[in-house]
Amino acid sequence: MATVELKNIRKTYISEEIIKGVSLTIEDGEFVVFVGPSGCGKSTLLRMIAGLEDITDGDLLIDGRRVNDVGPADRGLAMVFQSYALYPHMNVYQNMEFALKLAKMPEAERRGKIEAVAKTLQLEPYLKHKPGQLSGGQRQRVAIGRAIVRNPKVFLFDEPLSNLDAALRGQMRVELATLHRRLEATTIYVTHDQIEAMTMADKIVVLQKGIIEQVGSPLELYHHPRNLFVARFIGAPPMNLLQAHVIAADEQGTRVKLVTGQSVTVAVEPRADLVGTSVTLGIRPEHVRLGTSDVNPGQGVVLLAEHLGALTHLHVRISDGHDIIIQTEGGDALTADAPVAFSFPPEHCHLFDQNGVAMPRKARRSLAA
Amino acid sequence: MDATTMTTAPPPVRAGSTSGRKSGILLLSPAVVLLLVWSIVPLLLTLWYSFRNYNLVDPTMHGFAGFSNYWYLLTDPDFLEALRNTALLVVGVLVISVGGGTLLAVLYDQEFFGRGIARVLVISPFFVMPTVSALLWKNLMLHPIYGVYAWMMRSVGLTPIDWLQRFPMATVMMIVAWEWLPFAVLILLTAVQSLDTEQREAALLDGAGPVARFRHIILPHLSRAITVVVMIETIYLLTIFAEIMVTTAGGPGVASTNLAYMIYARALLQFDVGGASAGGVIAIVIANIVAMFLVRAVARNLEA
Repeated sequence: MATVELKNIRKTYISEEIIKGVSLTIEDGEFVVFVGPSGCGKSTLLRMIAGLEDITDGDLLIDGRRVNDVGPADRGLAMVFQSYALYPHMNVYQNMEFALKLAKMPEAERRGKIEAVAKTLQLEPYLKHKPGQLSGGQRQRVAIGRAIVRNPKVFLFDEPLSNLDAALRGQMRVELATLHRRLEATTIYVTHDQIEAMTMADKIVVLQKGIIEQVGSPLELYHHPRNLFVARFIGAPPMNLLQAHVIAADEQGTRVKLVTGQSVTVAVEPRADLVGTSVTLGIRPEHVRLGTSDVNPGQGVVLLAEHLGALTHLHVRISDGHDIIIQTEGGDALTADAPVAFSFPPEHCHLFDQNGVAMPRKARRSLAA
Repeated sequence: MDATTMTTAPPPVRAGSTSGRKSGILLLSPAVVLLLVWSIVPLLLTLWYSFRNYNLVDPTMHGFAGFSNYWYLLTDPDFLEALRNTALLVVGVLVISVGGGTLLAVLYDQEFFGRGIARVLVISPFFVMPTVSALLWKNLMLHPIYGVYAWMMRSVGLTPIDWLQRFPMATVMMIVAWEWLPFAVLILLTAVQSLDTEQREAALLDGAGPVARFRHIILPHLSRAITVVVMIETIYLLTIFAEIMVTTAGGPGVASTNLAYMIYARALLQFDVGGASAGGVIAIVIANIVAMFLVRAVARNLEA
């Protein structure tokens, strides 16, 4: 339906620059998620695309047409707000009808469209209800329905699930993803929840302080974070990070010595010039292997074992002030204060240089989809 | 004081609790009695006088009058004029203050330079007491010789209009509307500000222009606040007195006499206490009818 292109977009409030030059291409039918901590500018960016905020500098193109100076209604977008923003004095039908009425669509056509959308969203029994009489999930659906009936080029979602309880959020996530597959509409979705980002996105845009940290598919971000920020942000529980310095870099790999005294071989492209510099070693909890091993072994004491049933999160103290989390499928027998042996498989270790930039890993994982 | 409550709480002494209730009533009674005396006694006296021949300058006229006070009043064309003026004043001021108040509230919700000062200015007439504002308008603004409007009209070569003489009711209405507009603005402005910004933005994205947003989003949002403003203003506007007293004294003739002023004139200018009391009773009946409708309308609007 539509492509969206951001060219060096900037936003300045009074004197503070909120968005510091964002360039991004969103393909037709793509589900793009803007994710980042609060205050990173993701909502501002979305509102700029919607036309609710002025663009200070740069170009915004929808379908190749520059729309910086086009009003929000004429950009062909529909937005679902965090608070749903339903009109409280109109019933569900009138809420969905409002935009169509303003667009002077004939009555019969309006009715047909709204009824079709109500059917897909299972809103038929509620068409006569006012928003105040609906549950959170139903209101959410009305807000989505109001967006769909307009048949927009691009859907914008501003943290639409954050007002729902956990169970409903999971359900709506599935519904939204299914809906997107059926409509194949270009979608931009803002969230601070990395699980929403990971599960729904075709492409994730990680933002921090108004700049894009990384753009990529969910699994690319997971396996190949470009820097420390993305590594920390994506994945739960978060990646274990340990300070280290490089002692050798050759064809076998890069050897680093951790602050805990342990030395670890990491399968990253060797860079001799980094020998002696301090780096950060990262390894995800699910990649730490339990049990003794010849490669990168380590030892620690279990501080806390969180048994989640299928998984166990072990909080392990290697030495004072240096704790890691190990995620394992077994570990039922492990309890607090038990000694534990583990190893860091070299192919799963990440290394970040002094500037927090990831060093390229030797084997790039072939990514599904 | 049944047995179940006694299991957890210390057993209350029966005699103590009844005497406690008694002393409670005793302590409440000064306030209740005072209120009763203050409202019931004048009401009963008014009712009593309205059926009596009671003229302050003619003591020979006394005794029971039956319904003649009422009959005299209801057939008096001045009374009908006063009723008409009361209705005109209430409706006119309501239309001006609610209509203008809504528009000003929307205007003052916008960002513009000097908004803080403008808001203070628009609200300030409400703090001027009625007699003072009536005097201000009568002498400072509208006086045909040295009023501001007279000067403005003369300076463009027009003959000044003696507003209070030519258009007494309309002028009184304007003065009262000037006093009550700030109240409407104040209430409606807070209501406009409580409108969810995301709702406005949703309307913006839905393609609603300024007029459509006002008509379909802001006005429905304001409907509750508007009914509250209408109710409160109506209660006060039915009893407008000081403005008329100061500016026109009900005249010329009875052209600007409302019910409240007519009752005052009957009792204290014509010394006909009986007739004035009959007018008072009719005013009470009218006020109660209006109040009944208003309370119902407001209750319905607040429920939704």
